[in-house]
Amino acid sequence: MVSQSLPHAGPHAGAIEDRRLGGAGWLEWVHEWVVTVDHKKIGLMYIVYALIFLAIGGAEATIMRIQLAFPESHFVSPQVFNELFTMHGTTMVFFMGMPILFGFANYLVPLMIGARDMAFPRLNAFSFWMTAFGGLLLYFSFIGGSGVYGAGSAPNVGWWAYAPLTAKAFSRGHSTDYWTLALLLSGIGSIGAGLNLVVTIFCMRCRGMTLAKMPMLVWLNLVMGGMVLGGIGPLTASQLMLCVDRYLGGHFFDTQAGGSAIMWFHFFWIFGHPEVYILVIPAFAFASEIIPVFSRKAIFGYPVMVAATLAIAFLSFSVWAHHMFATGMPSYGNAFFVLTSMVIGVPTGIKIFNWLGTMWGGKLIFSTAMLFCIGFLFQFLVGGLTGIMLATAPFDWQLNDSYFVVGHFHYMLVGAIIFTVFAAFYYWYPKFTGRMMDERLGKWHFWLMLIGFHMTFDPMHITGILGMPRRIYTYEPGRGWAIWNLIITIGVFIQIVAVGIFVWNLIRSYFRGKLAGNDPWDAWTLEWATSSPPPPYNFAVEPAVQSRRPLWDLKHPDDPDWKYE
Amino acid sequence: MLDASAALAFFLQTASPNIFAPASVPADEIYHLALFVIGITIGIFVVVGGLLVFAVIKFRRRKDDNGREPPQVYGSTQIELAWTVLPALIVFVLFLTTARVIHQIEDAKAPAGALQVTVVGHQFWWEFRYPQYGVVTANEIHVPVNSPTFLTLLSADTDHAFWVPQLAGKTDLIPNRVNHTWIEPSRAGVYLGQCALFCGVQHAHMLLRVKVQSRADFDAWIRRQQQPAVKDPAVAAGRQVFQTTACVNCHTVRGTIADGRFGPDLTHLMSRATLGAGVLANSPENLRLWIQNPAAFKPGCEMPAMSLNPKQLGELVAYLETLK
Repeated sequence: MVSQSLPHAGPHAGAIEDRRLGGAGWLEWVHEWVVTVDHKKIGLMYIVYALIFLAIGGAEATIMRIQLAFPESHFVSPQVFNELFTMHGTTMVFFMGMPILFGFANYLVPLMIGARDMAFPRLNAFSFWMTAFGGLLLYFSFIGGSGVYGAGSAPNVGWWAYAPLTAKAFSRGHSTDYWTLALLLSGIGSIGAGLNLVVTIFCMRCRGMTLAKMPMLVWLNLVMGGMVLGGIGPLTASQLMLCVDRYLGGHFFDTQAGGSAIMWFHFFWIFGHPEVYILVIPAFAFASEIIPVFSRKAIFGYPVMVAATLAIAFLSFSVWAHHMFATGMPSYGNAFFVLTSMVIGVPTGIKIFNWLGTMWGGKLIFSTAMLFCIGFLFQFLVGGLTGIMLATAPFDWQLNDSYFVVGHFHYMLVGAIIFTVFAAFYYWYPKFTGRMMDERLGKWHFWLMLIGFHMTFDPMHITGILGMPRRIYTYEPGRGWAIWNLIITIGVFIQIVAVGIFVWNLIRSYFRGKLAGNDPWDAWTLEWATSSPPPPYNFAVEPAVQSRRPLWDLKHPDDPDWKYE
Repeated sequence: MLDASAALAFFLQTASPNIFAPASVPADEIYHLALFVIGITIGIFVVVGGLLVFAVIKFRRRKDDNGREPPQVYGSTQIELAWTVLPALIVFVLFLTTARVIHQIEDAKAPAGALQVTVVGHQFWWEFRYPQYGVVTANEIHVPVNSPTFLTLLSADTDHAFWVPQLAGKTDLIPNRVNHTWIEPSRAGVYLGQCALFCGVQHAHMLLRVKVQSRADFDAWIRRQQQPAVKDPAVAAGRQVFQTTACVNCHTVRGTIADGRFGPDLTHLMSRATLGAGVLANSPENLRLWIQNPAAFKPGCEMPAMSLNPKQLGELVAYLETLK
């Protein structure tokens, strides 16, 4: 057995007073960030980049909600509305969701496995810049220069871009091309990031850290990286086929020349459903680190949690056509996808139960990070249950493409993923910056976010049941939809206030936050063994571990984990 | 200022197209399945949510905490097994129940003599053909009560979805593909729906009106629709305008030279309640405004502004008014 030797930051640990922004050295400062291959800097760039797109995507959502607050509103034109929901969806999935999760993974995974960097630091930088360039290219369609034909008109085909709406006949100009190329580029970045994570986790673990001794966050990001490798490929392939259709006379999806629209649906969702899990598994990762620390207990049922994650990853590649129950698949086809979609609920349920088991018998500390995780558990439970309703194909014939679905997936994307991302900020910000975020502002952020979230996304389920389809830019009065839509819009503004408090907290704490020290939460994984922020080389000596919680072993030599694992 | 929305609201005074107020056999079967699924999920929610709330209250760190860590529990095979097997059993029951309803709805065979209607989705309106009767109409479908109607779903351009929540779940209309659905309404009345799959700029204005009538009323409606267009000599000038402008390229008026297929069949235009697939109530004043500039009400729709002078416009509207 490897004996435990715990790391420290070494004599050159980055003291936080060294960080300066302005002054004559600003150009050097910019240069340093642009050329960096340090996983921590790249991680932070991913996070900041994603936060900028969160603001942009949020602004798009707000404009849509103003338009929909009242029936027959003329706040924006139908063309602009269609561009807004396309850009909102594309932005939030590809340029906010994935980058922010890659950012945390980049920063945390090497630290948690006791490594000094990712396996391929330059591929890491390349992946980030490809993703970044993809996002900029997408938005260039909005502001594009005059004289470039088609620029200045953003994509307007929805984030699924269902064929044949993307064919030349229905999408003239270049707006669809911006969408296609932006996703191609960011897809290359995502595949690079996924590959890097997998290789890093397989090859760079410190002494003593067998696969079974990795922190849950590392396990979950390993699975996420593997899913990226399997899931992004079909998207990239379909984008290439679409390009061939549009410019080289191909007829893959061009129905007017005998192509198949259904084939696009399949390609898109065989990417699209794993994508949902690519986004939510890192969210599970945050919850799986934060809930134990603030319950003061080890994660309950570690091997089962790992097995459930692998089961979800495997099954997630077999459920895609539940997005297509209304496309007229034969009854046995529909029944198959009902079964797989419901079976995936079993490992998902196991995860919820195990988090609950972790809290059970613990001593819960309601820090802001923990509050967001509890909110996540509740909302993930509800989203999972509405997911079971949607998996019931005949019920889905009613609910699919209605506002019920919009409510359901925002429960997952906001109520689960964004909530845990906020939790992750409050939890790891001290490690990133050396300073604590303000807990009082954090509580305001949490409660306003919770109220705003439920005001926004709960009524969407009702309007869906009342027959309101998604992606309509306006609606007639007298259908019972107006009052709910007004409530939804008010909820959005409450969320804006909440996120505003959060951003203020981020900025203020950077300069004025309480000094964090190495281990402010009395936590157990390796990242808390080094200084805050960690030095560029992370650890002065390579750590060696004996259990999943090396710092617990250090703090409780009389009752170490390795005796039980 | 034309208060189009108020007029339309008055005209369409109906309750919400609520999926929990089914008025047709397939919608009713879905409704009962939905109640079953919702019952189970609420049960799960109460149990798991209750445990979560209980844990949050019971296991919070107390003020008088002794500062020691709680006992470390790493897991329990029995408990894991229990919360794996129990959900698996629930999934099994849910799957079998669902599969039965899928079969009942999707594999239902049309009885001999059932009404057949072909639905063609267009950007941004609905074409309805009754092949058994030689009737073609748009945006408003008439069906008999207590009798099955089988719909064949086609698309002329992009993807659409046929969704009348109180009558049936939605089914997509996909180019190069023939889809099917059916309804069997149990109550007379007008049921609203609309296109549910994003199909382009005016996806929001593809209203579906299903008028469910007694068999006698339905037969009478079919007989009227089978008639060729009324030839009223009083509006010959308007007919002349219609037949000598671009109208005939896109619209059909049966019994005349107008046989365009891109736009709605106008043979019995005045028998329908709305214009522009639900964007305006069908009144002479609205008809005039619509022809003058459709984009004012439905920006992005395929019908161009006809640029007629006021005299021509008046004659044309007078002619169209006779197409009852």
